Formats: sequence, structure tokens, C-alpha cells
Amino acid sequence: MTAEFGHFALVLALMVATLQMVIPLIGADRGWPGWMAFADSAAQVQFVLIAGAFAMLMYAFITSDFSLEVVTANSHSAKPMLYKVSGTWGNHEGSLLLWVMILALFGAMVAWFGGALPDALRARTLAVQAAIGVAFLAFLLFTSNPFARLDVIPADGRDLNPLLQDPGLAFHPPFLYLGYVGLSMTFSFAIAALIEGRVDAAWARWVRPWALMAWIMLTIGIALGSWWAYYELGWGGWWFWDPVENASFMPWLLSAALLHSAIVVEKRDTLKSWTILLAILAFSFSLIGTFIVRSGVLTSVHAFATDPTRGLFVLGILFVAIGGSLTLYALRAERMRATTAFALVSRESGLVLNNVLLAVSCAVVFIGTMWPLIAEAVTGEKVSVGPPFFNITFTPFMIALAMILPIGAMLPWKRAKLGRTMKPLWGMLAASVALGALVWTLQTGGRMLAPVGAALATWVILGVVADLVQKAGGWRARPATARPRLAGLPRSEWGKAIAHAGLGILIFGIAGLTAWEQQDIRTLAVGESFDLGGYTFTLDGVEAGRGPNYSTNMATVTVRRDGGVVAVLNPEKRFYPVQRMPTTEAGIQSRPLRDLYVSLGDQQPDGTWAMWSWIKPFANWIWFGAFMMAVGGGLSLSDRRYRVGAARARGTQAVPAQ
Amino acid sequence: MRVLVILLALFWPLSAQAVQPDEMLSDPVLEARAQSLDHELRCVLCRSESIASSNADWAADARVIVRELLSDGASDQQVKDFFVARYGDYVLMKPRVSGANIALWLAGPVLFLLVLLALVLRARRRGVATADPLSAEELAEVERLTRD
Repeated sequence: MTAEFGHFALVLALMVATLQMVIPLIGADRGWPGWMAFADSAAQVQFVLIAGAFAMLMYAFITSDFSLEVVTANSHSAKPMLYKVSGTWGNHEGSLLLWVMILALFGAMVAWFGGALPDALRARTLAVQAAIGVAFLAFLLFTSNPFARLDVIPADGRDLNPLLQDPGLAFHPPFLYLGYVGLSMTFSFAIAALIEGRVDAAWARWVRPWALMAWIMLTIGIALGSWWAYYELGWGGWWFWDPVENASFMPWLLSAALLHSAIVVEKRDTLKSWTILLAILAFSFSLIGTFIVRSGVLTSVHAFATDPTRGLFVLGILFVAIGGSLTLYALRAERMRATTAFALVSRESGLVLNNVLLAVSCAVVFIGTMWPLIAEAVTGEKVSVGPPFFNITFTPFMIALAMILPIGAMLPWKRAKLGRTMKPLWGMLAASVALGALVWTLQTGGRMLAPVGAALATWVILGVVADLVQKAGGWRARPATARPRLAGLPRSEWGKAIAHAGLGILIFGIAGLTAWEQQDIRTLAVGESFDLGGYTFTLDGVEAGRGPNYSTNMATVTVRRDGGVVAVLNPEKRFYPVQRMPTTEAGIQSRPLRDLYVSLGDQQPDGTWAMWSWIKPFANWIWFGAFMMAVGGGLSLSDRRYRVGAARARGTQAVPAQ
Repeated sequence: MRVLVILLALFWPLSAQAVQPDEMLSDPVLEARAQSLDHELRCVLCRSESIASSNADWAADARVIVRELLSDGASDQQVKDFFVARYGDYVLMKPRVSGANIALWLAGPVLFLLVLLALVLRARRRGVATADPLSAEELAEVERLTRD
């Protein structure tokens, strides 16, 4: 019965969402308070209904109810409980249900915490949010019903793809969805503002936390996925420029641009129409990402052909949402007049350049991702666009971004003098170039990646230091005056510092790992050793074992340096019988300066084992940097100006918000 | 099956450890060249993987062919040409800078320059750069106030 309750709740939610899409819009147009207030109650009811449906589906997964098609296809009675729970969203239908649940949750949050918003704006925002909900609830109910029953109940399920049975990946999709759907909120605010024809600082103050939240979640989601790929795929790759990865990376780039441009709207009341456009584009790319992933159109033409309804449905949503919002934008954007001007050299200009670089790099990723489709349609020839292309075309924009970051971050608003801003930065610049040069002379072999990466990373991090020192009153400020100044900085300032420093650390990790990685590939008999990068690796043994739903060969590899044992690694080769799929579990020892990474292959006919070993310098810095960026975003989000009700407070701030 | 395809599409390529020990060349210089070539050739039966990261049989065969050609003295370009002759441009992970692909390669830089140009033109038209300049006395006052 529970599944029918879930199904019924979804149908009700669709009806509620349809009403929520229409009634508040009319109310806001006519100025009828009762009709506008309907949005609040509808948003909450809709959330309760969808959350109920989600709970029913989760219950079916936990109790292994194989009468449900989706449970049978994606679960197994012997699966560990964590993966039964995460299996709820580890499939198309369930993940879509999670998608609409988060959508409804955010709508409800506007109803709960949006009391300070003007009534008409709140009503319109919730109506737009409901329109998105209607589209996706219909998609769910008509093409991907998670509660479909099977005529014949099988004895057991077909299990979840073993690659997904991993803690890192169990929580990767929910974070990404929080990010994608968070951008639906900024989209709804943007459309509501276009309908009203008004954008002001209070609007920006409401939109920025959503943009920030979406960006934080995307950062965490992407980092989790990349970290998972690093340890799970067995060769330490962490980014592949795969269409599915790009699908999540494009909204990340645009939400990063959006959260910066919203600062300008809030502080300076300019860049309004651009910010609205970014909000529309950021959500559009979330939809495009959903389309790419759901239709499989880029990954396999056949997946699209075997089930065209889903692809076409998402394509329809895409056209209506993007086409409609851009049309509205074209009609109304003129009304968004700036009330202030800024000089060519100013914080505003710096942020415009940040936006241009992020948006263009997003365009590069988009064109590269879609090119195989475009080229085949135009020339009839099949081409591939892989990592070598993206590395060449994308990287320069990121280098430029890192170069302008410390300067832009310190420029004053409205009108600035470059010479004055650069004064505390010259020393930092010299130090970074010197470090880059040092790296260049130390390394043998000609790759420029390491020196350039090291110099850029140092420049970004020292730029943060220079900014903080200046805010504390300069290098010569006494601790007695510097300390209260730093302590008095708003959290958003600290958030900015930590997030920017995180980017520097991320850049250093990427450059170091890519440039200085060392590898060894060989077959090894038990008891044999080899040397790599100053370490001695010894294969002590390989033991067969059993997990809850897999069999495994686990090796014991001892790593020594100068005679002392540094690490004992246990790489595994697993086999999941239900899905007939092997997986590798790498043996990794992480240290701040390097990872030791060993991956076990198959046993050879002569009894030896294939083994892949790497020294991966600074690998952790990549995820630590991403983590710092998310923490910085979180600090900024917790700034008191964004707390409940803050939108109404109109006090002037002494320190510009970041 | 449909669900499986979608699941696979949801996440990353199912790669294993790339080149197998028994495929490798004994000459480290030649093997290094082979491995960098592996990254530039697509496994044509796979989702979007190079032969460097795919453990499909086709990719394994392709890796062996790359190494045979290199051992016979072929240049990197000759190895790529060998695969292009059989599988078309589809096999190249880095599209050639020719024909329609020129648009792909130039899209980023051209877009960037166009946006910059548009911004500069807009700033000029509106006279933003010189908007509301301060008088000499005001400038002196600003100097005085901002001096630490």
C-alpha cells in the first residue's frame, strides 16, 4: 500500500503545484493579498506531499520491496543498509524524485523564512518555482514513475551498480541536486523581478544567499565525485572532461559568476540586467545538464533512441524554460537601469572581468561538450572532443582569472587607482614569480605547468594575505590595533579570504599532481619488491576474501623508505556477482605532501600479479582546496546580513560585503 | 538494461588501470611516448574514454598496435594517421584544427575578445569612465582623508 500512497501524494503535489503556479500570479497582478498568500500555504503543502512520497520510496528500498520495478532493478536484499538508503536516489526515477523534493523544499523555505520579502515578489517567485515543479512532477509521473509495480514479484533484486556502492558516491548526487535546484531559486527570483520590472539591493540581498548556497553545494558535490573517481577508478584520475562531469561544471562556473555579480547589485545597484541574465543562464545550464545526463544523447546515441520520450520531455521543458525566460528578459531587461556608474579601474570592473572570464570559460566547456552533436549535424562527420582539447582551451581563462583575482579583490568600489591598489601587492607578485622561477630551475624536463601553477597559486594566496594585512592596518600596525580590526571584520570578509586561498591551494594541487606524478606498472610475484620515487614497495601477499555482497582479492603491500616501514597498503580487486562486475579498490596512504597509491590488477598466467603504483604529490591539496572554498562560502552565507529578516535592515555597512 | 545505461551515463567512465604490464615496451622512452599517445586516441567502442583509461578489449588491442607501430619506428603523427585512416577523425580525442573544427577551437578566444570589445564600446558610449569627475578640491579632500 505504501507505494500507492507515494504515487497518490505525487499526483496531489502536481495539482497543488499547478494551483500554486497560477493563483499567486493573478493575486500579485491584481494586488489581492489572499491570493498572494496562497503561495505560502501551497508551497508548504507541496513539500509535505513530495517528502511523503520520497519517504515511501525510501521505505520500499529499506524493506527491499521487490514488487516495485525500480527497487528490483537497483537493489538487492544482501546490500548493506547505507546503500539501500542511498539506492533510493541511485537511479533515474528516485533521483528525479529527490530533485523535485529539493525543489519543493526550497519553495517551502521561501514561505517559512521569506516574511521580510515584499508580498508580491514572494508570490511571484513561488509561482515560478511551482511552474518548474509542475514540469518536473509531470515528467516524473508520466515518463518515470518510481512507484510502478511489477506483475510478477522476483525473489531478489538486480543490485545497485557496485561502483555506486561507495560512501563518497552515496552523497555525491544529493549535493549536486541541492546545487542545481538551488539555482532554480535564483532563476525564480530573476523571473519574478522581470515580471515586476524592478531589481534593487534588497532583491540582490535575497538572491545572493541562494546563489552562494547553490555554489557551495555544487562545489562539494563536484569535489566528492572527483575524489571518488580518484580512489575508486584505480588509476588516480580525478577529472575527465566527460559530458556528465561538464554538465555539473557549467552551472558551477556560472553560479560562481552569479554570486560575484550579485555583490555588485547589492552594493552598487548596477550590473542588474547582467545579473538577471546570469541567474537565467545558470539554471538553464542546470536544465541542460539534466538533459545531457537523462537523455544520454551525448554519451550514447542509442540510449536516446531506445527511450526518446524522456529525452524529448526534458528537451520540451528546456525550450519552454530557456526560451520563455530569455524572451521575457529581452522584453524587460531595459527597465533594469543602473543608478550608479563606475570607472574603468574599480572593484566593479574587476568583478565584470571575473564574470566575463567565468562565463566565457563556461561557453568553451559548453561548445566543446556539444561539438560532437553540432559537427555531426552540420558536416555529417563524427568527431570526438576529449580532455586534450579542454586542457588547452579552458586553462588560459583560469590562468587569467587567477592573475586578476588578488588585484580585483583589493580594488576599491566606484573609482580606483591601480598604482595605489598594487602597492601592497608588488612584493607578493615578486615572491610568486620568484617561487615559480625556483620551481622551474629545480625541475628537469620542460613542462611549464608546474612553475606557472606554483607562481599562480602563491600569487593568489599571498594576495589574500596582503588583503587581510591591509584590512588590519598594514604591516606596521601594532597587534593591539590589528587584532580588533581583524576580529571586527564581517564573516563574509573571512569567507572571501578562505575561499580565495582555497582556490590557490586547489591550483597548486592540480599543478603539482599533474607535473610531478611518478608511476610504475609491472607484474610482481609475492615477496618481490621494486623502487619508485625513493620508496621501496614489497608485495607481501594476496588473500582471497568475501564481503557482504562481493568476493575480493586483497593484497598487502608494504612501503619502506630508508629501511623503515612507511605504509602498509591493501589494494583490492572486487567482484560483484549479481551485476557480474569487477571493481578496484586502490590502496592509498594520504599525507600532506604526497599520496602513495597502489592498485591491484589480475593474476597473470604465471602466478604473478599486475600492479600499478604511483607517487602522487599534493593530491590532497585539490580536495582540501575545494573544501576550503566551500567553507569560505559557508562563512559568507552565515554573515548576519543574510540571516532571517536581514533583508529588511537597511543600515549602511562600513566594510563592503564580499 | 535501460536503467543500467542511464546509471552508467549518470556517472563516470568505468575505467580500470589503463595499460597492462604485459603490453608495455621495455624501452622507457618509447613507452612514455606510447602512453601520451594513448591519451590522444579514443576507444571507439567506449563512452567517452581514451584508450589510456579504458579496459575494453578494443582499447587493449589499440594500445598494443600503438606500441608495435612505435617499435617499428613510426612517428607520433604516423601512429595517429594510422588510426584516423581506419576510424576517421572520431578516434582523435583532440579534434584537428581544420575545417569546421576551426570554429570550435576559436570559439573561446573570439567570444572573449567580442565581449571585451562590447564592454569597451559600451563604456565609451555612456562615458562611464569619466562619469562625474571630482573637482580638484574634492580630490585633495579625498587624498587627505585616505592618507593613513
